[in-house]
This record gives sequence, C-alpha cells and structure tokens, in this order.
Amino acid sequence: MKQVVVASGKGGTGKTSLTAAFAELAGRPVVLVDADVDAANLALLFPGPDEPAREFEAGRLARIDAARCTLCKRCLEACRFDALRLVERRLAVREIACEGCGVCAVVCPEDAVSFEPQRAGEWTVRETRFGPLVHAELAPGAGNSGKLVARLRETARGLAERLGARWLLIDGPPGIGCPVHASVTGADLLVAVTEPTPSALHDLGRLLELAERFRLPAAVVLNKADLDPAGTALVTAAAAARGAELLGRIPFDPAVPRHLAAGRGLLVVPGVREAVTDCWDAVVRRLEAPAARPEERNDAAV
Amino acid sequence: MRLVVASGKGGTGKTLVATHLAGLAAGRGIEAVYADADVEAPNGHLFLAPAVEREERHALPLPVLPAGRCAACGACQDFCPYHAILVLPGAPDAPDAPGSVLVFPELCHNCGGCVRVCPSAALSEAPHEDGTLREGRAGPLRFLEGRLDVGEPRAAPLIRDLLRRIPADVFAVVDAPPGASCATTAALSGADRALLVTEPTPFGLHDLRAALRLCRAVEVPAAVVLNRADLGDDRPLRAFLDAERVPVLAAWRYDPDVAAAVARGELAARRVPWLREAAERLLDACLAPAEVDRP
Repeated sequence: MKQVVVASGKGGTGKTSLTAAFAELAGRPVVLVDADVDAANLALLFPGPDEPAREFEAGRLARIDAARCTLCKRCLEACRFDALRLVERRLAVREIACEGCGVCAVVCPEDAVSFEPQRAGEWTVRETRFGPLVHAELAPGAGNSGKLVARLRETARGLAERLGARWLLIDGPPGIGCPVHASVTGADLLVAVTEPTPSALHDLGRLLELAERFRLPAAVVLNKADLDPAGTALVTAAAAARGAELLGRIPFDPAVPRHLAAGRGLLVVPGVREAVTDCWDAVVRRLEAPAARPEERNDAAV
Repeated sequence: MRLVVASGKGGTGKTLVATHLAGLAAGRGIEAVYADADVEAPNGHLFLAPAVEREERHALPLPVLPAGRCAACGACQDFCPYHAILVLPGAPDAPDAPGSVLVFPELCHNCGGCVRVCPSAALSEAPHEDGTLREGRAGPLRFLEGRLDVGEPRAAPLIRDLLRRIPADVFAVVDAPPGASCATTAALSGADRALLVTEPTPFGLHDLRAALRLCRAVEVPAAVVLNRADLGDDRPLRAFLDAERVPVLAAWRYDPDVAAAVARGELAARRVPWLREAAERLLDACLAPAEVDRP
C-alpha cells in the first residue's frame, strides 16, 4: 500500500478536488483521509453513510473551584496562554485559550484547580463508492489538529490493510505547521498542488523545503496553469530547485467551481480530465516502478 | 480598530481583501497597519512590496539543563502533559553527572511548568528560535509580518507576538491564517471585528460555518465578503447567512483582470476600476459602526 499526500502550502489551489479525482482514477478500493481537519471538505464530494461519530479527546482543561479560590491571582500571572480572566470577582478559564499545561495548579496555594478532558473534535468513517473515507471535524479553535490527523491516518492504515487497498490518499491541510507535519510523516509521496501566482509559488517553496527536511519524496502539480503562461517556467524551476518532478499541468476552467458546487468532480470537465489523468499516471509510474533507491523515511510519531 | 480578515477555506481571497483595505485606508490618510498573521504562508508582502526597516528573530523559551545539577528525580517528566521531556537517570558510579534531561522542542508548549516543578532549580529556559518578525512601510502604510521557520510546528506563539506589535489607536488589518484551529484563534485575539472572505461553493460554505463558530466562541462579531460571487451557486450561502444574521458587506465578481493582476503580484485595484470602487465601499462599511453579527 502506498500513501500519497496532496498538500499545497497556500490554500485554495485545488487539493481537495485533485484528491477526489485521484481516488476515482485509482479505482476501488482506495482509502481516503481528509487531514485538513479544521476545514474538511473531501466528504462534500463523496456522499455516503457515516459510521456513528467518535469523540476525539485530547489534552485537558483547567477548572477553578470558586469555593476554594481566594483570588490571589498567582495562576493569572503564571499562565502563558492568557487563559485566565478575572470576571466579576471570579477567576474564569477561557476554554479556547487553555492548553491544559497545569501551571495554574502548580502555583495555586489553595488546591483550587482541577482538570477535565478536552473534547477536541470528532471523527468518523464514511463508506464512499471508491472505499472508506476517514474524516473529522476539529472543535472550534482546538489545538490538537496534529494528533487528530495522526489518529485518522492510523485508522486509515488499518482499513487499507484489511481491504488490501493499493492506495491511501491523504487530502492535506494548507500551510507548513503541525497538522501538515502529521499529514506527511511517513508518506510515500507528497504531491504539492500549486498555481502560477507569486503567492502559491512562494508557499510551494516553503512546502518543498519542509518535504526535504522530512526526507519525503515530492512532486508538483501545476493547477490553473494557463492563468499565467510565464508561471509554468517559474514553477518548473522552483520544483527542480528542490528536486521535485513536475507531474503535470491542469488548465484553468471557470466552469470548475460550478461543477464542484453541483457535486461533480474535475473529471467531468473536458481538458481538465485528460490533464488530471496524466498526473495520476505519473504518480503511479513513480510509485509502482521498481524501487531504484530506498528512500529514507521519517516514521517518527507525531 | 482591529479588523481580522479570515476565511475558513484557503484561497478565497483573504490577502486580496486585507491588502486592499489596509492600502486604501492608508491612502485616505488614516494611520493604518497591515499585519500578516498567516505565518505559515505569508503573502501580503508580494502585493504591498514593503521596504523592510526592521527584522528580528523570534524565539520561544525552551527548557534546558545546564550540566551537573540534575538529580534525575523525574519531576519535570511527570509534570509535562505534552510528553516533551524525558529524564535519563545517570550511572550510579558517576556522582558528578547523576542524570540528564532530553527535551523534544516540537512537543514542548513552552508553558514553563517543568522549570517551576524542578526541586533542585537545575532546569532553566533558553530561547529557541522559531520565526522572524518583519516591520516596514509600503508608502504611508505600516507593514508587519510574522514568518514561521520551515520545520517549526506551532504558529500561534509567533502570531501572538506579532499582534503585540500593533500600536494602539491605528486602523489595523490582520491577514489571518485559513482554517479554524488554534492559529486562527490566535489571530482573532483582540479583534474588534472579523471579515470572513468566502466563495459560493459547498467548500466555501462548509468552512465558513467553522470560521463563524470560531468567531462566536471568541466573541468577535463577524461579517462576510463574498468573493468570485458569480462562480458557483450563492443561494445556499446566502440562505445560511440570512438565517445566521451575518451581514454580507461586499460581493465581488470573478474578473480575469483581477486574477491576472494577482498572478503578477499587483494590487488589482490599481488596474481594475470597479474593484477599486468596491474596495473603497467595503472600507467605508468596515470603518462605520455598522450592524454586525453580535453573538
């Protein structure tokens, strides 16, 4: 089983629609993960029944017992997350800011701090026509997105092994931070989707640098390629500078948002269909070719 | 007045909106600041082309152990809820180096608790660099930017420190990261109002819901800018916003000339007259104490 993660640096370059098209091209059974847990959209393209949602608890939240609290405010001074507020002569925990570190409990002379588990989101598995999709919804503002992504990927790996799936496709989050680290760790290939704009190019460079640090093989797909004819050369150069192959170019078509809005994927759009198919064929060639060099992989737990 | 431009979904036009509002405000003679808080993918500089006047490395306090004093008691390891510390007991026959501590920077949340619980005062904190803060000017506009180092996992501390540099009594436009996780929460801190940029697709709507939930959780009133309003079907989005009583302050159509300007790294309003007028109207609406979403 090969794990392919589709990521981008900049948001809105077409990660989700490309992942969905890849799933269709890969054929049954494929296992899908939506790792963009705070803006998860892959399920919108794949209607199907969800298993009952499972709670994702991660970390803990501080609680202050007002009966014991003497308002000495040592916790307020010690908290580095601005998670405590004095409201109407009571110390209140701002749940959205609390990281559950426990420093408030260490400094409290009255033993007034206790903890409760934090609900950081929920996740489930959907049965789609191409195979199971593991997806989640992070609680608003929650800070454990990396751990949630790791949970989703672990579940997906188990499903892929059970089903004998050849492909595990991960729709990654934008950016280069913690959830991205959790999404790419141990994958076989990073497909970086970009577009010919200075913003996308700038963020692509940072993503490819991250891939290099994680010793993760990377390749690039240029989406909306004809928005700027000069962009292709720039993207090719940026990819080459980091040793990433350009898998293909997908033309821009203003009809794409309408097709997505109607629940149809990229593969119904003439011109786009052929380009996406070429990109997927290039992924298959790359990963199914006899391994010329064993890539050193970073399998560290997140 | 601090306006935070956020979106939920990425690529909807946050930077387009934020750079225009900040730039036009400065052009009117208003003391204005543009702060790029999308520290994982900061792009505002590409459009504003600021002259950077100050560049400063940002660092977080990370626990370190000077050699020789650790009794390997394990108090720090027991305390750390993030499993960022591992205590290695020393060899019994080496009394000079009884133990040491291994810190995993990528897991540390920099809460400072381990230093507090160390009974022999052996642990202390030393700066761990995680990004760069840049300040400058683009004409009359003040420019601020945070840029996370590649490989660093956490954006929120850098964002929090970036926002501390925004002077009081200015019109500040904060370009927030996409999503609705801790980084976006950090960017919304201290906001008077959030402007959520979205597009009329099921993706845009889904992620807007998450962004709105977050705004309500942090009690920041929100309004919406609908970008590329004619690509897709805006009816479900409009119905949702009506039901939630979230005002739509602007609806900008898709224009290949705007896309071309963005592709060249230009402020599109310089080339596209209708966008300039629309952005000026949006700025009026943002500056006015308008009806906004009061949670």
